[in-house]
Amino acid sequence: MAETEVKLTPKDFKSDQEVRWCPGCGDHAILTAIQRALPELEIKKENFVFVSGIGCSSRLPYYVDTFGFHGIHGRGSAISSGVKIANTRLSVWQMTGDGDALAIGGNHFIHTIRRNVDINIVLFNNEIYGLTKGQYSPTSQKGAVTHTSPYGTVEAPFHPGELAIGAQGKFFARTIDNNIKLSTEIFIEAGKHEGTSVIEILQNCVIYNDKTHGYLTDKEYKDDRQIILRHGEPMIFGKERDKGLILDGLKLKVVKIGEDGITEDDILVHKANENNPGVHTMLANMRYPNYPVAMGVIRNVQAPSYEASLETQIEKVKTQSKIKKMDDLFNSGTVWEVK
Amino acid sequence: MDTKPRSIELEEVSIRFSGDSGDGMQLTGTLFSNTAALFGNDLSTFPDYPSEIRAPQGTVGGVSGFQVHVGHSQINTPGDYADVLVAMNPAALKANTKWIKTGGTIILDKDNFDEKGFLKAGYTDNPLKAEKLDKFNVIDAPITSLTKEAIKDLGLDNKSAVRTKNMFALGMVFYLFNRTLDYTFDFFEIKFKKRPLIIEANKRVLQAGFNYAETIEALTPVIKVKQAEIEKGKYRTLNGNVATAWGLLVASEKVGKEIFVGSYPITPATGILEELSLRKDLGVKSFQAEDEIAGICSAIGASFTGSLAVTTTSGPGLSLKSEAIGLAVMTELPLVIVNVQRGGPSTGLPTKTEQADLLQVLYGRSGECPVPVLAASTPSDCFNYAYEAAKIALEHMTPVILLTDGFLGNGSEPWKIPSMADMPEINPPLIPEGIENFQPYARNNKTLVRGWAIPGKKGLEHRVGGLEKDAITGSVSHDPLNHQKMVETREGKVNRIVKDVPDLEVEGNVSGELLIIGWGSTYGHLLTAFRELEAEGKKISLAHFRYIRPLPKNTRKVLSKFKKIVVCELNLGQFANYLRMNFQEFEFKQYNKIQGLPFTVIELKEHFIKLLEE
Ligand SMILES: Cc1ncc(C[n+]2csc(CCOP(=O)(O)OP(=O)(O)O)c2C)c(N)n1
Ligand code: SF4
Ligand SMILES: [Mg+2]
Repeated sequence: MAETEVKLTPKDFKSDQEVRWCPGCGDHAILTAIQRALPELEIKKENFVFVSGIGCSSRLPYYVDTFGFHGIHGRGSAISSGVKIANTRLSVWQMTGDGDALAIGGNHFIHTIRRNVDINIVLFNNEIYGLTKGQYSPTSQKGAVTHTSPYGTVEAPFHPGELAIGAQGKFFARTIDNNIKLSTEIFIEAGKHEGTSVIEILQNCVIYNDKTHGYLTDKEYKDDRQIILRHGEPMIFGKERDKGLILDGLKLKVVKIGEDGITEDDILVHKANENNPGVHTMLANMRYPNYPVAMGVIRNVQAPSYEASLETQIEKVKTQSKIKKMDDLFNSGTVWEVK
Repeated sequence: MDTKPRSIELEEVSIRFSGDSGDGMQLTGTLFSNTAALFGNDLSTFPDYPSEIRAPQGTVGGVSGFQVHVGHSQINTPGDYADVLVAMNPAALKANTKWIKTGGTIILDKDNFDEKGFLKAGYTDNPLKAEKLDKFNVIDAPITSLTKEAIKDLGLDNKSAVRTKNMFALGMVFYLFNRTLDYTFDFFEIKFKKRPLIIEANKRVLQAGFNYAETIEALTPVIKVKQAEIEKGKYRTLNGNVATAWGLLVASEKVGKEIFVGSYPITPATGILEELSLRKDLGVKSFQAEDEIAGICSAIGASFTGSLAVTTTSGPGLSLKSEAIGLAVMTELPLVIVNVQRGGPSTGLPTKTEQADLLQVLYGRSGECPVPVLAASTPSDCFNYAYEAAKIALEHMTPVILLTDGFLGNGSEPWKIPSMADMPEINPPLIPEGIENFQPYARNNKTLVRGWAIPGKKGLEHRVGGLEKDAITGSVSHDPLNHQKMVETREGKVNRIVKDVPDLEVEGNVSGELLIIGWGSTYGHLLTAFRELEAEGKKISLAHFRYIRPLPKNTRKVLSKFKKIVVCELNLGQFANYLRMNFQEFEFKQYNKIQGLPFTVIELKEHFIKLLEE
């Protein structure tokens, strides 16, 4: 239900702080998308709380004119869990980076998702440590040459979607910084979802990892290399919209409509609300060049949130217990009087 | 030999129940304590259990003990040495022989005193034959076989039958102390509500133990401990961890703010989280986090959001929380951090007591990071200082660390039930909605406290965080002079809490030869040692600190009135060093013990006498 009487505008969510990201950084576009999405949620400005850890991405709360908490590295999910559980009326948004969420904060990230605390985790994935000037992160591609891996990394990266869904995530979406329209749409849907929403944003760090997602943004190829998933619609993509996804045995397969007798009816229809995470995980794991990279809301399943269940339990215990205040507790059990 | 039953009236008596960790000694001790408390004795208890619940059966490492000290005058300690020892097996005897008073009584389960038992306990010979036990009154009862005999017609399996043997021993002790079995019977009824057979078995075994002790009266005096002369009022027993939880709950009710507790289980602090989790009926939101860092960070989030935020832990957990404590200092948010100390460093002695986290809580953080520190001194005192910690945190917008320890957390004593009306008011500096010109870091110029602006309140939108803040607007600032100003402001804010700190009290004369100084859980032992020496005419006094930071404002004055000062603590001298830093003009002698055990009154007295003679 709408809380706001007069609809707010993106301008209402601009703070007086000077935005300090590098010119050309993908974070600017993400901020714009957020400021566009918030009014659409029709929540009062004072009921928004933006929380973050440390990193370039974690600076975002300073730039939105809501309540904000710039925490410590990796602990944003824990702080935002506390905020949301303490006051369930608030709309809580957590800004985080690939290092912040998946390295130092990995433990908090998975447990928050597992509990299904109703917060919106926006994960800026630039596959690098931006703030500390260019070290590899848990999402850097194997072999990535960075300041701390001058000969290339020898470790395999995390895929945030696989991790989030593996941690029993109920909402996972992916977008890319330069698609402000899609990002805005996704933020609105995430904001409305009850429970933890994880939104991975492929973000460009112009300074330390420029064009790491370039193969996806290149105008020439982007429609062939991305697929935008929409609930209830067939998984079709390509410049000519002639390609699609089907299930081939236990795997997804890219097919061409019109070839080998394939028609549009053979193409998988996206069901974001399917409880079984199998297809969602496969969609989240699709990588170029074998597959298009999935964008949009990949998974959106209803389940009770942690704090709603907690409040229900508290109400139940309250009605059943004889202890209504401390004086009752003091005098419960074995008490004796010295006269 | 005198074969007539005698009745001896004792001022006070200390009993130690001891057996394998699976023998139910903690329960046996607790049932005895509660019965004594109901009778009107003052008491103090000290559970002493191994850190591994499944330490090898029958070995000294697996011995679990529970000591209770009851008396008719004020009881301040669980007693150094026991008058009565219950030893369920040879290992229990071996672990405890040195803790029994000469002439004391030992009740042991003869059935377990066989070659196998001796071997596991590490005895080469039968200890019962050794002359060393001559100085004790040994009652060797076939407890296991009599237990089985008493309930053989109930059809319980052997394991369940044997499990009730602790009640046989308890029955014997009840006879020795002339106590009724009623409370324990009631306890069985509640505890085993749905298992009538178990109720019957326990009742029968308890009664059988009592009767057996009566039958063999020839060997034992009936010991009576008179009722204690304690202040009028309603009482109950409380251990330190529950008392801590209740102090916080009272603060929550008083200030009208829900408790949010974010914690991770750790011995010996878990009891606080468990008690708070039980209190959903009082609206507590308990969050068992994935680790200590998430525990404190979730609490900081809840504090920002307007809850009475709490995190509870023990030493190693506190280490994990240090960075986040810095965040709470920087964001100037109220937070109660309870550290139930245990033996360290690292995993150390998880179930034993120690006071070695003092410097960690004072200084163990990055940057200039002042935090008020309080230390409770008795189990029931944990209630008052938990309340006080919450009051300071909420009124001064700061994290506060409350130190207790394993000895306080697990120890219990009768507690006079307070009235809610008597608890002082708590007035946090909440910023009202609609205030004009709101500045998040504007502060009260007397206390230097900033306001609490809670999400959901219109017009108060603002950002906080760990980066240095501009002195007024609270925006990020890297200005050098602003940083100096802010560091000094945070320091000054904590120092000014001294106005709310009561003066340090001196027990005994305010001047003299020797001032004993202590802090935290050593109070009971120090007080007893001091009283006994004072009664002997020694010019000795005691000053016990409960406020560690800031120190009471009359501290210097108190110290200046004594020829010698000795600081007693269960570490290598951390508080002594802290006092040296603050009061360089005095000489502080030290008395330290670091064995995972409390002081004994005897060792304290010996040391003080030596100091007086020097
Ligand atoms: C406890 C701690 N360890 C390390 C750091 C240093 N540090 C700050 S941000 C960061 C990594 C940031 O990378 P990411 O989370 O990907 O954010 P980005 O800057 O790329 O947006 C590191 C290592 C810190 N601030 N605190
Ligand atoms: S370093 Fe990279 S991520 Fe950070 S602000 Fe600059 S471009 Fe953006
Ligand atoms: Mg990054």
